[in-house]
Amino acid sequence: MDFVPGIARWIHFLAGITWIGLLYYFNFVQVPALKAAAADGSAGGITKHVAPRALLWFRWAAVVTWLAGAALLGSAFVPAFTLQPAYAGIGIGAWLGTIMLFNVWVLIWPNQKKILGIVTASDEEKNKARRVAFLASRTNTMLSIPMLFFMANGLTHKALIGL
Amino acid sequence: MKNPLDSILGTIISGLVLTLVLYVFLKNFVLAGV
Repeated sequence: MDFVPGIARWIHFLAGITWIGLLYYFNFVQVPALKAAAADGSAGGITKHVAPRALLWFRWAAVVTWLAGAALLGSAFVPAFTLQPAYAGIGIGAWLGTIMLFNVWVLIWPNQKKILGIVTASDEEKNKARRVAFLASRTNTMLSIPMLFFMANGLTHKALIGL
Repeated sequence: MKNPLDSILGTIISGLVLTLVLYVFLKNFVLAGV
């Protein structure tokens, strides 16, 4: 079973790049693009053809990333989440990633379904959904910065945190 | 006060500040005495 951590780390990277890459795409590209497209009435292509596909890969990549990360932690899962000293660095990263997964499935995706018309919602509900989904997405972008710091420095390269 | 998350720059700066805060928390509270 020595091969499990290597495979888990590989899948964790592949899915994590997909997840966070799409998160950055939403925040740095799609949101500003939608603002500009709304001004000239051309947002339909993005909301109809791009956003649903991007959200599909985004939310399932988040799940795969978390599961592969849990597999990679293995017996260190509980010590990491309880911030035991040897695993505290990766534990902070794991907690941040877990909060981000929660945001994806509990705040971003249900509200995006209203915004994109996948579930019915009034204009008022859509406006509220836009704000909640936007702030949850921006929160995840903010959290990704310390999350990646602690992921990079918490498990195998601990010099920066002094372990 | 404006929400820093409304701008990309504000979001990135908030992330960097949070990184520093969590680093100080880790070094001075979780790893204190290790």
